[in-house]
Amino acid sequence: MASSGSGASPLGKAPTGIIGFDEVTHGGLPRGRPTLVAGAAGSGKTLFGIEFLVRGATEHGEPGVLLAFEEAAGDLATNVASLGFDLPQLEADGLIAIDTFQLDPADFVETGQFDLEGLFIRLQLAVESVGARRVVLDTIEVLFSALGNTAVVRSELNRLIRWLKERGLTVVITGERGVEGGNLTRMGIEEFVSDCVVVLDHRVTDGLSTRRLRVAKYRGSLHGTNEYPFLITAQGFTVVPLSSLGLEYEASEERIGTGVAKLDEMLGGGIFRGSSVMVSGTSGTGKTSIGVTMAAASCARGERTLLMSFEESPAQLVRNMRSIGLDLQPWVDQGLLRIHSVRATAHGLEEHLAELHRLVDEVQPSLAVIDAVVSLRRGGGAHDTASVLTRDLDLLKSRHVTAVLTALTHGPDAESSDVHISSLVDTWLLLRNHESDGERNRLIYVIKSRGSAHSNQVREFVLGEHGADLVDVYVGGHGVLTGSARVEHARRTRAAETARAEEAQRRRRALEQRAAAVEAQVAALRADLEAEREALERVLRAEAESADADRGDRSAQVAVRTGVGEPS
Amino acid sequence: MSEGWEGADVGDSGAEWELRLYVAGQSPRSVRAIENLRRVCDEHLAGRYRVEVIDLLVDPTLARGDEIVAVPTLVRKLPDPVRKIIGDLSDTDKVLVGLQLRPPGASS
Repeated sequence: MASSGSGASPLGKAPTGIIGFDEVTHGGLPRGRPTLVAGAAGSGKTLFGIEFLVRGATEHGEPGVLLAFEEAAGDLATNVASLGFDLPQLEADGLIAIDTFQLDPADFVETGQFDLEGLFIRLQLAVESVGARRVVLDTIEVLFSALGNTAVVRSELNRLIRWLKERGLTVVITGERGVEGGNLTRMGIEEFVSDCVVVLDHRVTDGLSTRRLRVAKYRGSLHGTNEYPFLITAQGFTVVPLSSLGLEYEASEERIGTGVAKLDEMLGGGIFRGSSVMVSGTSGTGKTSIGVTMAAASCARGERTLLMSFEESPAQLVRNMRSIGLDLQPWVDQGLLRIHSVRATAHGLEEHLAELHRLVDEVQPSLAVIDAVVSLRRGGGAHDTASVLTRDLDLLKSRHVTAVLTALTHGPDAESSDVHISSLVDTWLLLRNHESDGERNRLIYVIKSRGSAHSNQVREFVLGEHGADLVDVYVGGHGVLTGSARVEHARRTRAAETARAEEAQRRRRALEQRAAAVEAQVAALRADLEAEREALERVLRAEAESADADRGDRSAQVAVRTGVGEPS
Repeated sequence: MSEGWEGADVGDSGAEWELRLYVAGQSPRSVRAIENLRRVCDEHLAGRYRVEVIDLLVDPTLARGDEIVAVPTLVRKLPDPVRKIIGDLSDTDKVLVGLQLRPPGASS
């Protein structure tokens, strides 16, 4: 067969069970090989190792051994108990064996040749006691500082790695991060561990911490090369992959209403289910109101909705929304609406992401409103914010959650959103204050709406006692008219129309009167004419009568003259 | 397996010095360590000591008790405080300093 050519079998992988990490590494750590996890103090190395062991033992049927060189067993157990790991119980169940080494340099007065056989013996004992498939050495470099003889430690570490490989153990070796630009680890133990290297980083920028993980090397395997934010949460270690490595979202054809009928019209019937909407605008333009209106519309459809606010407390939000006729309380009570308020600065960005993950898992919303994403900038730099928002959107999209983000913009250049996520969203509504005639009015534009024929017109956005509504604005020679100016313009227009109508009426009446007058004249003339005709006829008749009379006289005269007929 | 020996005239009250030597098997290094220890004890602690030799290949669970990493390791259990020195004990000066039988820097 084709695959038999090289005779090499694909690299086996041992799932770590760490959320996100197995995705980034396409399956986990190289099975049967050592992996170096390097990071500065407090970067989460030990936790990574312990979670790898705990998940292996509890979820993948692979018991494990922890050799701890830095912390006492009791401290370790306490430190990870808050993450839900019960090490003493796992030890009692025979799933995990822990051996701690307390190395005091004063104990290592060197009086001649030695090796680290004691370490091997203890490791072997632990491995055999639980039938371990996984081993964590945390942090083995301590040996270098404890024992002055680095040549011996070096060769013994080499032997240790061989020993572990021979037994097919999947190993995590933690190492202290070296100084910048130098070795990956302080003592250069990456020399021994050449298969896989994971670097953990804990940065503090602007007083806020962000944790990052990078797979620096993974021999024989594809792996994501980005820096991934990771979190240490109550559920343990969580790596947040940029899942849009593949843009494989299902695209819904279903449109859902925004709760503002005229806005739906502008958008060609509403927004697509599962798409993302950004509502941006300067302060006080009604972003939150639009966002909450959408949330309310979702609740009204009987769908679970998540409202994450960085600016207002749930109670404050509920109260404020009442002023525009939106009563959220019933939905909160019914469990349809979950309002989660948190100060953006309370967490680093990655905690925010973790929280969103947790909330989405918990609430299973069909629509989520995040108000306002710009607040996140206080939790990190602009670049980080964009990256976190990308992940927010990815998370929501992958769960088919319709996402509504509100974003604050500053200044006149309102079309470039501060957080540079405009290219990521499907629909972008821009709210703008229009100031004229001593008042500010809100305008709404649909800047883009992917997959929809959308209106290119601007509407005035009115917040009243009955919620949000859109009104057609007057666009004319004097520019866009809004608010009182719009009303005034409307009034003037109406007055002018009335005047025109009255004028027409008047002229019509005048015409009618004139027509009547003409009619009358015509009638009078006709009457004259009639009278003349009658007079003429009378004359003619009289004429005819007198002619007859003449003829009778003449015959009588003839008879007289001739004596005929005329009595004598 | 653990073997041991003690100074000839240690009484019932117990030895003033209690030493434990951890080795791994009968390697030349182990043998050398035992020989070196015997010599140091005879020369400096005659009659005041008890030595226990522990072979970790035979009894690996004992390695944890005294936090053994390097082999050979000599542990001074008594007198207090516990002291450990590693290696095959061929550097007698360092052994004496390590056991606090001689202040550091002094020569024999």
